[in-house]
Amino acid sequence: MKRKIPLALCFIMGISMIVQFFIPHPASLEFSSVIYKWIIVLMAFALVLAIGNLIRHHGNKIHRRKEDWQYSIVTLAGMVAMATIGLAWGIDPDSLYQRIYLNVMAPLGGTMFALLAYYMASAAYRSFRARSLEATLLLLSAFIVMIGFMPFGQYLHPRFPAFAEWIMKVPNMASQRGILLGVAFGSIATALKIILGIERSWLGGKE
Amino acid sequence: MSGDPWIWIGAILTLMIFSFLYKDNPFYKFGEHLFVGVANGYYIVYYWQNALKPNLFEPLSAGQFIYIVPLLLGLMYFARFIPRIAWVVRIPIGFTIGWGAGLSIPALFQADVLRQLEGTVVTPATFSNPASGIWAVIILVGVVCTLIYFFFSKEHKGILGHTSRIGIIFIMIGFGASFGYTVMARVSLLIGRIQFLLGPWLGLID
Repeated sequence: MKRKIPLALCFIMGISMIVQFFIPHPASLEFSSVIYKWIIVLMAFALVLAIGNLIRHHGNKIHRRKEDWQYSIVTLAGMVAMATIGLAWGIDPDSLYQRIYLNVMAPLGGTMFALLAYYMASAAYRSFRARSLEATLLLLSAFIVMIGFMPFGQYLHPRFPAFAEWIMKVPNMASQRGILLGVAFGSIATALKIILGIERSWLGGKE
Repeated sequence: MSGDPWIWIGAILTLMIFSFLYKDNPFYKFGEHLFVGVANGYYIVYYWQNALKPNLFEPLSAGQFIYIVPLLLGLMYFARFIPRIAWVVRIPIGFTIGWGAGLSIPALFQADVLRQLEGTVVTPATFSNPASGIWAVIILVGVVCTLIYFFFSKEHKGILGHTSRIGIIFIMIGFGASFGYTVMARVSLLIGRIQFLLGPWLGLID
């Protein structure tokens, strides 16, 4: 029962979602829409679980005075403050919640991703070596795309940006499409295995 | 220089994160931990406003008692904290996984298989413009060779070996282009942050 009920539910849900796709009847569309709402609710409950884990992790760190425990206070205080502000005063476009999003969360997130520009460039400098034909092609296409999408590319040669565009639209498109097709077939096979109960690793545990 | 305290907060937090370029330091750690906390707080409110309120509590208070089902399924997640009934957590997981798997099969087939094949197929109409016709043939060759490279059921020898070799050439050009494109996306973010510091904060540029 501990495994059969979840497996049966997974099978019923999987088959009904496939079937409803091929029945464009209002009742089928309504069913799909209601289930989608339920899934959103389930995701919200999963977030509650995740937040609980975060609180427990940082709470333990503070309680046991582990290394850098002071920063855990920053995390918990930031979370409680943001949640309280949003729940108590709303999320209108000119609310405090949106101001914090625009002036705290967005700059922090944007700068973290911007840092990656430096680290990706430095990792590429250390690891990219034209040792073989394949490595040389990788290096060249990366170089052409990077220079081609900069205003500087135009000064090197007027047709440089068009060449970078061509690389993106022709050879890059071909390889991406090949990979995408492979991934799609793999994903469909995995989804079928899950629905039919062949792939059961999501059940976890032994019982 | 800006007189807006919010701009100052944004600028100081930006500099805190940039300080990591020197080395890991307390300012960076503060910014990093604050980001995790604020982002979680943001999503608590987001899910309350956009998920739980309109999709659970409002229908329930309007008398749509069928919504007790997702409420019960959601509560089952917490069964994992009670060892005796911990297995119950598999029910909402099975529900969600079954939904995702079932929904993904036709969607993937339509968007990632049929549409991509449709874009790859070469017809006489493709050659209405000779240049785009040649590019379409190159794309077709590239897609077939890339797929052959990932076909491991037969040893890559003879014709299969040659085509998979062409496939790896396309893959390498594609990986290089994707890498370059990703770097450029990050660089544009970096430019955005520098513009923010020099413009709204310091007022040195418009």
